[in-house]
Amino acid sequence: MNREEVTDFIYDEAWMLDEGQFHEWLELWLPDAVYWMPLNWNQQDPINETSLLYEDNFMLRLRIERLAGARTFSQKPKSRCHHVLNRPRIVEISDDAAKVMTKMHYVETRLDEQQLLALTVTHDLKATDGGIKIAGKRVDILNCDAAFGNIQLLP
Amino acid sequence: MTDTTTLQERVNDLIRPQQVHRDVYTSPEVYRLEMKHLFPNCWVYIGHESQTPNKGDYITAQIGDQPLLMVRHSNDEIYVMYNRCPHKGTKIVIDKAGNTGKFFRCPYHAWSFKTDGCLLAIPLKKGYEGTGLEDTEAAKGLAPVGDMKNYRGFIFARLATEGISFEDFFGESLSSLDNMVDRSPVGKLTVAGAPLRYMHKCNWKMLVENQTDTCHPMVAHESSAGTAVKIWEEMDKPEGTPTPPAMQIIAPFMSPYEFFENMGIRTWPNGHGHTGVHHSIHSDYSDIPGYYDAMVEAYGEERAQEILGENRHNTVYFPNIMIKGPIQQLRNFIPLGPDKTLVESWIFSLDGAPSELTARTAMYNRMINAPTSMVGHDDLEMYERAQEGLMSDGLEWVNIQRLYEDDEDFTETAELNGTTERQMRNQFDAWKRFMIGGAA
Ligand code: FES
Ligand SMILES: [Fe+2]
Repeated sequence: MNREEVTDFIYDEAWMLDEGQFHEWLELWLPDAVYWMPLNWNQQDPINETSLLYEDNFMLRLRIERLAGARTFSQKPKSRCHHVLNRPRIVEISDDAAKVMTKMHYVETRLDEQQLLALTVTHDLKATDGGIKIAGKRVDILNCDAAFGNIQLLP
Repeated sequence: MTDTTTLQERVNDLIRPQQVHRDVYTSPEVYRLEMKHLFPNCWVYIGHESQTPNKGDYITAQIGDQPLLMVRHSNDEIYVMYNRCPHKGTKIVIDKAGNTGKFFRCPYHAWSFKTDGCLLAIPLKKGYEGTGLEDTEAAKGLAPVGDMKNYRGFIFARLATEGISFEDFFGESLSSLDNMVDRSPVGKLTVAGAPLRYMHKCNWKMLVENQTDTCHPMVAHESSAGTAVKIWEEMDKPEGTPTPPAMQIIAPFMSPYEFFENMGIRTWPNGHGHTGVHHSIHSDYSDIPGYYDAMVEAYGEERAQEILGENRHNTVYFPNIMIKGPIQQLRNFIPLGPDKTLVESWIFSLDGAPSELTARTAMYNRMINAPTSMVGHDDLEMYERAQEGLMSDGLEWVNIQRLYEDDEDFTETAELNGTTERQMRNQFDAWKRFMIGGAA
Protein backbone atom coordinates (compact mmCIF):
# COMPACT_ATOMS: atom_id res chain seq x y z
CA MET A 1 0.00 0.00 0.00
CA ASN A 2 1.14 3.57 -0.51
CA ARG A 3 0.83 6.73 1.55
CA GLU A 4 -2.09 8.10 -0.37
CA GLU A 5 -4.13 4.89 -0.08
CA VAL A 6 -3.47 4.79 3.65
CA THR A 7 -4.45 8.42 4.15
CA ASP A 8 -7.62 8.01 2.09
CA PHE A 9 -8.53 4.96 4.15
CA ILE A 10 -8.26 6.88 7.43
CA TYR A 11 -10.46 9.70 6.12
CA ASP A 12 -12.99 7.26 4.63
CA GLU A 13 -13.34 5.36 7.88
CA ALA A 14 -14.10 8.53 9.85
CA TRP A 15 -16.55 9.58 7.12
CA MET A 16 -18.44 6.28 7.42
CA LEU A 17 -18.82 6.71 11.19
CA ASP A 18 -20.08 10.26 10.75
CA GLU A 19 -22.59 9.10 8.17
CA GLY A 20 -23.80 6.27 10.42
CA GLN A 21 -22.72 3.59 7.94
CA PHE A 22 -21.88 1.22 10.75
CA HIS A 23 -22.34 -2.08 8.92
CA GLU A 24 -20.04 -1.00 6.11
CA TRP A 25 -17.64 0.25 8.77
CA LEU A 26 -17.57 -3.18 10.43
CA GLU A 27 -16.55 -4.72 7.13
CA LEU A 28 -13.33 -2.70 7.30
CA TRP A 29 -12.21 -4.86 10.22
CA LEU A 30 -10.22 -8.10 10.14
CA PRO A 31 -12.08 -10.79 12.13
CA ASP A 32 -9.62 -10.92 15.04
CA ALA A 33 -8.94 -7.18 15.30
CA VAL A 34 -9.61 -5.33 18.57
CA TYR A 35 -10.77 -1.76 19.16
CA TRP A 36 -9.06 -0.42 22.30
CA MET A 37 -9.82 2.82 24.12
CA PRO A 38 -7.64 3.08 27.26
CA LEU A 39 -8.93 4.54 30.50
CA ASN A 40 -5.52 5.89 31.47
CA TRP A 41 -2.88 7.98 29.75
CA ASN A 42 -0.21 5.68 28.26
CA GLN A 43 -2.06 2.61 29.59
CA GLN A 44 -0.17 -0.55 28.64
CA ASP A 45 -2.36 -3.38 29.94
CA PRO A 46 -5.82 -3.76 28.40
CA ILE A 47 -6.55 -7.09 30.12
CA ASN A 48 -5.99 -6.78 33.86
CA GLU A 49 -7.10 -3.17 34.20
CA THR A 50 -10.30 -1.49 33.15
CA SER A 51 -10.42 0.23 29.77
CA LEU A 52 -13.12 2.43 28.32
CA LEU A 53 -13.41 -0.05 25.46
CA TYR A 54 -11.62 -3.24 24.46
CA GLU A 55 -13.86 -4.99 21.98
CA ASP A 56 -13.55 -7.84 19.53
CA ASN A 57 -15.65 -8.42 16.45
CA PHE A 58 -18.58 -9.90 18.38
CA MET A 59 -18.77 -6.93 20.75
CA LEU A 60 -18.47 -4.37 17.95
CA ARG A 61 -21.26 -6.14 16.09
CA LEU A 62 -23.40 -6.09 19.23
CA ARG A 63 -22.68 -2.38 19.65
CA ILE A 64 -23.84 -1.64 16.12
CA GLU A 65 -26.92 -3.86 16.24
CA ARG A 66 -27.87 -2.24 19.52
CA LEU A 67 -27.78 1.25 18.03
CA ALA A 68 -30.52 0.23 15.61
CA GLY A 69 -32.64 -1.68 18.16
CA ALA A 70 -36.31 -0.89 18.72
CA ARG A 71 -35.86 -0.51 22.50
CA THR A 72 -32.54 1.32 22.64
CA PHE A 73 -33.92 4.08 24.82
CA SER A 74 -30.71 6.05 25.10
CA GLN A 75 -30.81 6.40 21.31
CA LYS A 76 -34.32 7.81 21.17
CA PRO A 77 -33.61 10.32 19.72
CA LYS A 78 -30.37 9.23 18.08
CA SER A 79 -26.91 10.69 18.59
CA ARG A 80 -24.84 12.08 15.75
CA CYS A 81 -21.04 12.31 15.50
CA HIS A 82 -18.48 14.28 13.57
CA HIS A 83 -14.72 13.70 13.19
CA VAL A 84 -12.25 16.40 12.14
CA LEU A 85 -8.86 14.95 11.20
CA ASN A 86 -5.36 16.27 11.18
CA ARG A 87 -3.12 14.95 8.41
CA PRO A 88 -2.39 11.32 9.34
CA ARG A 89 1.17 10.60 10.44
CA ILE A 90 2.43 7.41 8.86
CA VAL A 91 4.73 5.73 11.35
CA GLU A 92 5.53 2.58 9.37
CA ILE A 93 4.58 1.47 5.90
CA SER A 94 5.33 -1.53 3.70
CA ASP A 95 3.59 -3.29 0.83
CA ASP A 96 1.27 -5.18 3.12
CA ALA A 97 1.05 -3.25 6.42
CA ALA A 98 1.06 0.23 7.92
CA LYS A 99 0.92 1.93 11.30
CA VAL A 100 -0.71 5.35 11.25
CA MET A 101 -1.36 7.93 13.98
CA THR A 102 -3.96 10.62 13.53
CA LYS A 103 -5.02 13.51 15.75
CA MET A 104 -8.76 14.08 15.63
CA HIS A 105 -11.45 16.16 17.22
CA TYR A 106 -14.58 14.14 17.85
CA VAL A 107 -17.95 15.78 18.40
CA GLU A 108 -21.00 13.86 19.57
CA THR A 109 -24.46 15.39 19.94
CA ARG A 110 -27.82 14.26 21.25
CA LEU A 111 -30.81 16.41 22.09
CA ASP A 112 -29.40 19.78 23.24
CA GLU A 113 -26.05 18.42 24.39
CA GLN A 114 -22.79 18.48 22.49
CA GLN A 115 -19.47 17.09 23.68
CA LEU A 116 -16.02 17.48 22.23
CA LEU A 117 -13.18 14.97 22.64
CA ALA A 118 -9.60 15.33 21.44
CA LEU A 119 -8.22 12.00 20.20
CA THR A 120 -5.03 10.39 19.07
CA VAL A 121 -6.00 7.40 16.97
CA THR A 122 -3.49 4.66 16.14
CA HIS A 123 -4.38 2.32 13.29
CA ASP A 124 -2.69 -0.95 12.40
CA LEU A 125 -3.61 -1.65 8.80
CA LYS A 126 -3.12 -4.69 6.59
CA ALA A 127 -3.43 -5.10 2.83
CA THR A 128 -5.82 -7.89 1.80
CA ASP A 129 -7.37 -9.09 -1.46
CA GLY A 130 -10.42 -7.09 -0.48
CA GLY A 131 -8.43 -3.88 0.05
CA ILE A 132 -6.98 -2.29 3.19
CA LYS A 133 -8.38 -3.63 6.50
CA ILE A 134 -8.05 -2.65 10.15
CA ALA A 135 -5.91 -5.10 12.15
CA GLY A 136 -6.15 -3.03 15.34
CA LYS A 137 -7.23 0.44 16.45
CA ARG A 138 -6.34 2.33 19.61
CA VAL A 139 -8.11 5.55 20.50
CA ASP A 140 -6.45 7.66 23.20
CA ILE A 141 -8.74 10.38 24.49
CA LEU A 142 -6.78 13.41 25.68
CA ASN A 143 -8.75 13.54 28.94
CA CYS A 144 -9.31 9.77 29.10
CA ASP A 145 -9.42 9.83 32.92
CA ALA A 146 -12.07 12.57 33.16
CA ALA A 147 -15.61 11.84 34.31
CA PHE A 148 -17.82 11.61 31.22
CA GLY A 149 -21.53 11.21 30.70
CA ASN A 150 -22.64 8.75 28.02
CA ILE A 151 -20.37 8.46 24.98
CA GLN A 152 -22.72 6.59 22.69
CA LEU A 153 -21.14 6.31 19.24
CA LEU A 154 -17.59 5.47 18.15
CA PRO A 155 -14.81 8.06 18.64
CA MET B 1 -34.28 24.75 59.81
CA THR B 2 -33.00 26.15 63.04
CA ASP B 3 -33.49 23.34 65.53
CA THR B 4 -33.87 19.57 65.54
CA THR B 5 -37.63 19.63 65.91
CA THR B 6 -38.10 21.37 62.62
CA LEU B 7 -35.52 19.15 60.92
CA GLN B 8 -37.30 16.10 62.28
CA GLU B 9 -40.62 17.41 61.05
CA ARG B 10 -39.23 18.19 57.62
CA VAL B 11 -37.72 14.71 57.29
CA ASN B 12 -40.88 13.00 58.54
CA ASP B 13 -42.90 14.90 55.97
CA LEU B 14 -40.83 13.42 53.15
CA ILE B 15 -40.95 9.70 53.96
CA ARG B 16 -44.07 7.55 54.17
CA PRO B 17 -44.06 3.77 54.57
CA GLN B 18 -44.78 3.06 50.89
CA GLN B 19 -43.72 6.22 49.13
CA VAL B 20 -41.24 9.07 49.34
CA HIS B 21 -41.66 12.69 48.36
CA ARG B 22 -39.93 13.84 45.20
CA ASP B 23 -38.08 16.52 47.19
CA VAL B 24 -35.69 13.86 48.48
CA TYR B 25 -34.30 13.69 44.93
CA THR B 26 -34.75 17.22 43.68
CA SER B 27 -34.64 19.78 46.50
CA PRO B 28 -31.38 21.72 47.03
CA GLU B 29 -32.46 22.25 50.63
CA VAL B 30 -32.82 18.52 51.29
CA TYR B 31 -29.45 17.96 49.61
CA ARG B 32 -27.87 20.53 51.92
CA LEU B 33 -29.39 18.75 54.92
CA GLU B 34 -27.96 15.45 53.69
CA MET B 35 -24.50 16.98 53.52
CA LYS B 36 -24.87 18.50 56.98
CA HIS B 37 -26.59 15.63 58.79
CA LEU B 38 -26.83 12.34 56.89
CA PHE B 39 -23.28 11.87 55.59
CA PRO B 40 -21.48 13.01 58.77
CA ASN B 41 -23.51 10.60 60.94
CA CYS B 42 -22.85 7.52 58.79
CA TRP B 43 -19.75 5.42 58.18
CA VAL B 44 -18.66 6.26 54.66
CA TYR B 45 -16.14 4.52 52.39
CA ILE B 46 -12.87 6.40 51.85
CA GLY B 47 -10.58 4.06 49.95
CA HIS B 48 -8.60 0.83 50.03
CA GLU B 49 -5.29 0.41 51.85
CA SER B 50 -3.62 -0.90 48.67
CA GLN B 51 -3.96 2.61 47.24
CA THR B 52 -1.44 3.83 49.81
CA PRO B 53 1.08 0.99 50.15
CA ASN B 54 4.09 3.10 51.22
CA LYS B 55 4.76 5.60 53.97
CA GLY B 56 3.75 9.07 52.80
CA ASP B 57 1.34 7.73 50.14
CA TYR B 58 -1.94 9.60 50.10
CA ILE B 59 -5.24 9.73 48.23
CA THR B 60 -7.93 12.40 48.22
CA ALA B 61 -11.54 11.52 48.96
CA GLN B 62 -14.72 13.06 50.27
CA ILE B 63 -17.62 12.39 52.59
CA GLY B 64 -20.62 14.29 51.32
CA ASP B 65 -19.15 17.66 50.35
CA GLN B 66 -16.23 17.48 52.78
CA PRO B 67 -12.75 17.24 51.22
CA LEU B 68 -10.58 14.60 52.91
CA LEU B 69 -7.24 12.98 52.54
CA MET B 70 -6.11 9.53 53.54
CA VAL B 71 -2.42 8.96 54.18
CA ARG B 72 -0.04 6.26 55.40
CA HIS B 73 1.94 7.60 58.37
CA SER B 74 5.50 6.70 59.37
CA ASN B 75 4.17 4.05 61.80
CA ASP B 76 2.46 2.35 58.81
CA GLU B 77 -1.00 3.26 60.14
CA ILE B 78 -3.51 4.95 57.86
CA TYR B 79 -4.93 8.34 58.90
CA VAL B 80 -7.94 10.17 57.48
CA MET B 81 -8.18 13.95 57.92
CA TYR B 82 -9.74 17.04 56.40
CA ASN B 83 -7.91 18.27 53.34
CA ARG B 84 -7.87 21.87 54.57
CA CYS B 85 -4.98 23.93 55.86
CA PRO B 86 -5.67 25.20 59.41
CA HIS B 87 -4.08 28.52 58.48
CA LYS B 88 -6.25 30.00 55.73
CA GLY B 89 -8.06 27.02 54.32
CA THR B 90 -5.99 26.04 51.27
CA LYS B 91 -6.40 22.44 50.18
CA ILE B 92 -3.18 20.65 51.04
CA VAL B 93 -3.21 18.28 48.04
CA ILE B 94 -5.44 18.29 44.99
CA ASP B 95 -4.33 15.29 42.93
CA LYS B 96 -6.08 11.94 43.30
CA ALA B 97 -3.01 10.18 44.68
CA GLY B 98 0.65 10.78 45.40
CA ASN B 99 3.46 10.54 47.92
CA THR B 100 4.23 13.45 50.23
CA GLY B 101 7.37 12.04 51.87
CA LYS B 102 7.63 12.60 55.63
CA PHE B 103 5.34 15.63 55.83
CA PHE B 104 2.76 17.76 54.05
CA ARG B 105 3.72 21.33 53.23
CA CYS B 106 0.95 23.79 52.50
CA PRO B 107 1.64 25.43 49.13
CA TYR B 108 0.43 28.87 50.33
CA HIS B 109 2.59 29.89 53.35
CA ALA B 110 4.48 26.65 53.98
CA TRP B 111 2.99 25.54 57.26
CA SER B 112 3.97 21.90 57.44
CA PHE B 113 2.30 18.88 59.01
CA LYS B 114 3.35 15.38 59.94
CA THR B 115 1.52 12.61 58.10
CA ASP B 116 -0.63 12.06 61.17
CA GLY B 117 -1.83 15.66 60.75
CA CYS B 118 0.12 17.28 63.64
CA LEU B 119 1.54 20.74 63.01
CA LEU B 120 5.28 20.37 62.44
CA ALA B 121 6.57 23.84 61.64
CA ILE B 122 5.59 27.38 60.69
CA PRO B 123 7.92 29.84 58.91
CA LEU B 124 8.67 33.02 60.93
CA LYS B 125 7.48 31.28 64.06
CA LYS B 126 8.58 34.31 66.08
CA GLY B 127 5.70 36.27 64.63
CA TYR B 128 3.34 34.14 66.69
CA GLU B 129 5.16 34.55 70.00
CA GLY B 130 2.84 35.83 72.68
CA THR B 131 -0.20 35.68 70.37
CA GLY B 132 -1.60 32.52 71.97
CA LEU B 133 -1.35 30.41 68.82
CA GLU B 134 -0.81 27.26 70.89
CA ASP B 135 -4.35 27.60 72.27
CA THR B 136 -6.02 27.77 68.85
CA GLU B 137 -7.54 25.08 66.66
CA ALA B 138 -5.01 26.00 63.98
CA ALA B 139 -2.14 24.84 66.20
CA LYS B 140 -3.58 21.33 66.26
CA GLY B 141 -2.81 20.85 62.58
CA LEU B 142 -4.96 19.07 60.03
CA ALA B 143 -8.31 18.21 61.59
CA PRO B 144 -8.96 14.48 61.96
CA VAL B 145 -12.29 12.85 61.11
CA GLY B 146 -14.53 11.81 64.00
CA ASP B 147 -13.55 8.15 63.77
CA MET B 148 -12.09 5.76 61.24
CA LYS B 149 -11.72 2.04 60.74
CA ASN B 150 -9.59 -0.19 58.55
CA TYR B 151 -11.76 -3.25 57.99
CA ARG B 152 -9.82 -5.93 56.12
CA GLY B 153 -8.17 -3.28 53.98
CA PHE B 154 -11.26 -1.14 53.39
CA ILE B 155 -11.05 2.27 55.05
CA PHE B 156 -14.25 3.82 56.38
CA ALA B 157 -14.69 7.03 58.36
CA ARG B 158 -17.37 8.84 60.31
CA LEU B 159 -17.13 12.64 60.39
CA ALA B 160 -19.20 13.17 63.53
CA THR B 161 -17.09 12.90 66.69
CA GLU B 162 -19.89 11.14 68.54
CA GLY B 163 -22.09 8.48 67.04
CA ILE B 164 -22.70 4.88 66.16
CA SER B 165 -19.71 2.53 66.20
CA PHE B 166 -18.44 0.86 63.04
CA GLU B 167 -19.55 -2.56 64.30
CA ASP B 168 -23.03 -1.40 65.23
CA PHE B 169 -23.46 0.48 61.97
CA PHE B 170 -22.59 -2.48 59.71
CA GLY B 171 -23.38 -5.50 61.89
CA GLU B 172 -24.03 -8.70 59.93
CA SER B 173 -23.76 -6.89 56.61
CA LEU B 174 -19.97 -7.20 56.89
CA SER B 175 -20.44 -10.80 55.70
CA SER B 176 -20.51 -9.48 52.11
CA LEU B 177 -17.20 -7.65 52.49
CA ASP B 178 -15.78 -10.70 54.25
CA ASN B 179 -16.83 -12.94 51.40
CA MET B 180 -15.21 -10.65 48.82
CA VAL B 181 -11.92 -10.65 50.73
CA ASP B 182 -12.07 -14.37 51.54
CA ARG B 183 -12.13 -15.10 47.83
CA SER B 184 -8.42 -14.38 47.89
CA PRO B 185 -6.54 -17.48 49.05
CA VAL B 186 -4.46 -15.19 51.29
CA GLY B 187 -7.40 -12.99 52.33
CA LYS B 188 -6.11 -9.86 50.65
CA LEU B 189 -7.27 -7.65 47.81
CA THR B 190 -5.37 -5.09 45.75
CA VAL B 191 -6.86 -2.28 43.70
CA ALA B 192 -6.28 -3.00 40.00
CA GLY B 193 -5.76 0.13 37.93
CA ALA B 194 -7.70 3.37 37.82
CA PRO B 195 -11.45 3.60 38.45
CA LEU B 196 -13.98 4.27 35.73
CA ARG B 197 -15.43 7.73 36.32
CA TYR B 198 -18.95 8.30 35.05
CA MET B 199 -20.87 11.54 35.54
CA HIS B 200 -24.61 11.25 36.17
CA LYS B 201 -27.01 14.18 36.05
CA CYS B 202 -29.29 12.75 38.68
CA ASN B 203 -29.59 12.38 42.43
CA TRP B 204 -27.19 9.96 44.11
CA LYS B 205 -30.00 7.95 45.72
CA MET B 206 -31.38 6.90 42.34
CA LEU B 207 -28.14 4.99 41.75
CA VAL B 208 -28.17 3.38 45.17
CA GLU B 209 -31.80 2.28 44.77
CA ASN B 210 -31.12 0.83 41.35
CA GLN B 211 -28.62 -1.65 42.84
CA THR B 212 -31.46 -3.72 44.26
CA ASP B 213 -34.02 -2.93 41.57
CA THR B 214 -34.43 -6.35 40.00
CA CYS B 215 -37.41 -5.48 37.83
CA HIS B 216 -35.50 -3.24 35.44
CA PRO B 217 -32.73 -5.32 33.78
CA MET B 218 -34.87 -7.27 31.32
CA VAL B 219 -36.69 -4.07 30.38
CA ALA B 220 -34.05 -1.34 30.36
CA HIS B 221 -31.21 -3.59 29.16
CA GLU B 222 -33.05 -5.41 26.41
CA SER B 223 -31.22 -3.33 23.81
CA SER B 224 -27.80 -4.60 24.90
CA ALA B 225 -28.33 -7.93 26.67
CA GLY B 226 -31.30 -8.96 24.51
CA THR B 227 -29.42 -8.10 21.32
CA ALA B 228 -26.35 -10.03 22.53
CA VAL B 229 -28.43 -13.16 23.15
CA LYS B 230 -30.05 -12.80 19.73
CA ILE B 231 -26.75 -12.36 17.85
CA TRP B 232 -25.14 -15.26 19.69
CA GLU B 233 -28.05 -17.58 18.86
CA GLU B 234 -28.02 -16.55 15.20
CA MET B 235 -24.29 -17.19 14.86
CA ASP B 236 -23.28 -20.18 12.86
CA LYS B 237 -21.06 -21.90 15.42
CA PRO B 238 -20.00 -25.51 15.83
CA GLU B 239 -21.86 -27.72 18.33
CA GLY B 240 -20.52 -27.39 21.87
CA THR B 241 -18.84 -24.00 21.37
CA PRO B 242 -18.22 -22.66 24.88
CA THR B 243 -20.02 -19.45 25.81
CA PRO B 244 -17.41 -16.68 25.69
CA PRO B 245 -16.84 -14.61 28.87
CA ALA B 246 -18.56 -11.56 27.36
CA MET B 247 -21.75 -13.58 26.85
CA GLN B 248 -21.53 -15.06 30.36
CA ILE B 249 -21.42 -11.51 31.67
CA ILE B 250 -24.17 -9.92 29.62
CA ALA B 251 -26.73 -12.69 29.00
CA PRO B 252 -28.00 -12.99 32.64
CA PHE B 253 -29.25 -9.40 32.44
CA MET B 254 -32.04 -10.82 30.26
CA SER B 255 -33.07 -13.43 32.84
CA PRO B 256 -36.85 -13.58 33.38
CA TYR B 257 -38.65 -12.13 36.41
CA GLU B 258 -38.79 -15.59 37.95
CA PHE B 259 -34.97 -15.72 38.09
CA PHE B 260 -34.89 -12.46 40.03
CA GLU B 261 -37.83 -13.41 42.27
CA ASN B 262 -36.07 -16.62 43.25
CA MET B 263 -32.66 -15.06 43.81
CA GLY B 264 -33.96 -13.36 46.94
CA ILE B 265 -33.13 -10.12 48.76
CA ARG B 266 -31.74 -9.83 52.28
CA THR B 267 -32.05 -6.61 54.23
CA TRP B 268 -30.01 -5.68 57.29
CA PRO B 269 -30.51 -2.89 59.84
CA ASN B 270 -29.21 0.63 59.06
CA GLY B 271 -30.06 0.55 55.38
CA HIS B 272 -27.75 -2.22 54.20
CA GLY B 273 -28.94 -5.11 52.06
CA HIS B 274 -28.19 -7.33 49.10
CA THR B 275 -29.71 -9.12 46.15
CA GLY B 276 -28.76 -12.68 45.27
CA VAL B 277 -29.34 -14.69 48.44
CA HIS B 278 -29.64 -18.00 46.56
CA HIS B 279 -28.05 -17.34 43.16
CA SER B 280 -27.27 -14.34 41.00
CA ILE B 281 -26.18 -13.10 37.61
CA HIS B 282 -22.64 -14.11 38.65
CA SER B 283 -23.47 -17.73 39.51
CA ASP B 284 -22.70 -19.41 36.20
CA TYR B 285 -19.30 -18.03 35.29
CA SER B 286 -16.96 -20.76 34.09
CA ASP B 287 -14.17 -22.03 36.35
CA ILE B 288 -10.72 -20.55 36.06
CA PRO B 289 -8.02 -23.24 36.08
CA GLY B 290 -6.01 -23.38 39.28
CA TYR B 291 -8.27 -21.12 41.31
CA TYR B 292 -10.37 -23.72 43.09
CA ASP B 293 -7.24 -25.72 43.98
CA ALA B 294 -5.60 -22.63 45.46
CA MET B 295 -8.72 -21.98 47.55
CA VAL B 296 -8.89 -25.57 48.81
CA GLU B 297 -5.24 -25.44 49.73
CA ALA B 298 -5.77 -22.23 51.67
CA TYR B 299 -9.07 -22.96 53.39
CA GLY B 300 -9.80 -26.68 53.10
CA GLU B 301 -12.47 -28.15 50.86
CA GLU B 302 -15.53 -27.37 52.96
CA ARG B 303 -14.70 -23.75 53.71
CA ALA B 304 -13.56 -23.10 50.12
CA GLN B 305 -16.91 -24.35 48.83
CA GLU B 306 -18.73 -22.24 51.35
CA ILE B 307 -16.88 -19.10 50.26
CA LEU B 308 -17.31 -19.74 46.55
CA GLY B 309 -20.91 -20.87 47.02
CA GLU B 310 -21.95 -17.34 47.96
CA ASN B 311 -22.98 -15.54 44.80
CA ARG B 312 -24.35 -12.31 46.15
CA HIS B 313 -25.27 -9.98 43.35
CA ASN B 314 -25.21 -6.38 44.65
CA THR B 315 -24.58 -5.51 48.29
CA VAL B 316 -25.56 -1.96 49.18
CA TYR B 317 -23.67 -0.41 52.08
CA PHE B 318 -25.76 2.53 53.14
CA PRO B 319 -25.43 5.33 52.32
CA ASN B 320 -23.49 5.27 49.06
CA ILE B 321 -21.45 2.26 47.96
CA MET B 322 -22.23 -1.07 46.35
CA ILE B 323 -19.95 -4.09 46.17
CA LYS B 324 -20.07 -7.23 44.06
CA GLY B 325 -18.29 -9.97 46.02
CA PRO B 326 -18.08 -12.62 43.30
CA ILE B 327 -16.21 -10.28 40.95
CA GLN B 328 -14.37 -8.05 43.47
CA GLN B 329 -15.89 -4.76 42.44
CA LEU B 330 -16.84 -1.63 44.37
CA ARG B 331 -18.88 1.28 43.07
CA ASN B 332 -18.84 4.59 44.89
CA PHE B 333 -21.75 6.96 44.30
CA ILE B 334 -20.33 10.36 45.15
CA PRO B 335 -22.89 13.16 45.51
CA LEU B 336 -21.89 16.45 43.87
CA GLY B 337 -25.25 18.22 43.98
CA PRO B 338 -28.98 17.42 44.22
CA ASP B 339 -28.92 16.41 40.55
CA LYS B 340 -25.27 15.47 40.04
CA THR B 341 -23.46 12.28 41.02
CA LEU B 342 -20.01 10.98 40.18
CA VAL B 343 -19.81 7.19 39.94
CA GLU B 344 -16.41 5.61 40.49
CA SER B 345 -16.16 1.91 39.62
CA TRP B 346 -13.16 0.20 41.19
CA ILE B 347 -11.93 -3.34 40.62
CA PHE B 348 -9.67 -5.48 42.79
CA SER B 349 -7.36 -8.36 42.08
CA LEU B 350 -7.31 -11.31 44.47
CA ASP B 351 -3.84 -11.79 45.96
CA GLY B 352 -2.68 -15.36 45.44
CA ALA B 353 -5.26 -16.14 42.72
CA PRO B 354 -4.92 -16.45 38.92
CA SER B 355 -4.97 -13.13 37.05
CA GLU B 356 -7.77 -14.39 34.79
CA LEU B 357 -10.15 -13.46 37.61
CA THR B 358 -9.00 -9.84 37.39
CA ALA B 359 -9.33 -9.98 33.61
CA ARG B 360 -12.96 -11.07 33.91
CA THR B 361 -13.66 -8.32 36.42
CA ALA B 362 -12.04 -5.72 34.15
CA MET B 363 -14.19 -6.98 31.28
CA TYR B 364 -17.33 -6.73 33.42
CA ASN B 365 -16.43 -3.20 34.43
CA ARG B 366 -15.87 -1.88 30.92
CA MET B 367 -18.86 -3.75 29.47
CA ILE B 368 -21.37 -2.73 32.13
CA ASN B 369 -20.14 0.37 33.97
CA ALA B 370 -18.18 2.49 31.51
CA PRO B 371 -19.40 5.78 30.00
CA THR B 372 -18.55 4.03 26.72
CA SER B 373 -20.32 0.77 27.61
CA MET B 374 -23.55 -0.58 26.19
CA VAL B 375 -25.31 -1.30 29.49
CA GLY B 376 -24.49 1.78 31.58
CA HIS B 377 -26.14 3.97 28.93
CA ASP B 378 -29.52 2.39 29.61
CA ASP B 379 -29.40 3.07 33.33
CA LEU B 380 -28.16 6.63 33.02
CA GLU B 381 -30.88 7.38 30.47
CA MET B 382 -33.50 6.18 32.97
CA TYR B 383 -32.06 8.15 35.91
CA GLU B 384 -31.89 11.36 33.90
CA ARG B 385 -35.43 10.89 32.62
CA ALA B 386 -36.54 10.32 36.23
CA GLN B 387 -34.70 13.42 37.42
CA GLU B 388 -36.54 15.48 34.81
CA GLY B 389 -39.84 13.66 35.24
CA LEU B 390 -39.87 14.32 38.98
CA MET B 391 -40.22 18.04 38.26
CA SER B 392 -43.75 17.29 37.09
CA ASP B 393 -46.32 18.85 39.40
CA GLY B 394 -48.91 16.29 38.36
CA LEU B 395 -47.67 13.92 41.08
CA GLU B 396 -45.49 14.52 44.12
CA TRP B 397 -44.81 11.02 45.44
CA VAL B 398 -42.52 8.22 44.29
CA ASN B 399 -43.96 4.75 44.80
CA ILE B 400 -41.80 2.06 46.44
CA GLN B 401 -44.43 -0.39 47.69
CA ARG B 402 -43.77 -3.56 45.70
CA LEU B 403 -44.22 -6.50 48.12
CA TYR B 404 -44.83 -4.13 51.01
CA GLU B 405 -45.94 -5.77 54.23
CA ASP B 406 -47.62 -4.13 57.20
CA ASP B 407 -45.35 -3.44 60.17
CA GLU B 408 -42.05 -4.00 58.42
CA ASP B 409 -39.35 -4.05 61.09
CA PHE B 410 -36.08 -2.75 59.71
CA THR B 411 -34.17 -3.42 62.92
CA GLU B 412 -34.18 -7.10 61.97
CA THR B 413 -32.51 -9.01 59.16
CA ALA B 414 -35.09 -10.18 56.63
CA GLU B 415 -35.03 -12.45 53.57
CA LEU B 416 -37.61 -11.92 50.88
CA ASN B 417 -38.67 -12.45 47.31
CA GLY B 418 -35.96 -10.94 45.10
CA THR B 419 -38.26 -8.43 43.45
CA THR B 420 -39.31 -6.66 46.64
CA GLU B 421 -38.68 -2.96 47.07
CA ARG B 422 -38.15 -3.53 50.77
CA GLN B 423 -34.45 -2.71 50.53
CA MET B 424 -35.39 0.74 49.18
CA ARG B 425 -37.78 1.18 52.10
CA ASN B 426 -35.00 -0.02 54.39
CA GLN B 427 -32.68 2.64 52.98
CA PHE B 428 -35.24 5.37 53.55
CA ASP B 429 -35.81 4.17 57.10
CA ALA B 430 -32.07 4.61 57.71
CA TRP B 431 -32.03 7.87 55.76
CA LYS B 432 -34.67 9.28 58.08
CA ARG B 433 -32.86 8.24 61.25
CA PHE B 434 -29.36 9.33 60.25
CA MET B 435 -30.65 12.64 58.89
CA ILE B 436 -31.85 13.52 62.35
CA GLY B 437 -28.64 12.35 63.96
CA GLY B 438 -30.00 8.95 64.94
CA ALA B 439 -28.15 5.79 65.82
CA ALA B 440 -29.26 2.21 65.23
S1 FES C 1 -3.01 28.67 54.01
FE1 FES C 1 -1.77 26.97 54.42
S2 FES C 1 0.01 27.88 55.22
FE2 FES C 1 -1.26 29.57 54.86
FE1 LIG D 1 -29.33 -1.52 35.16
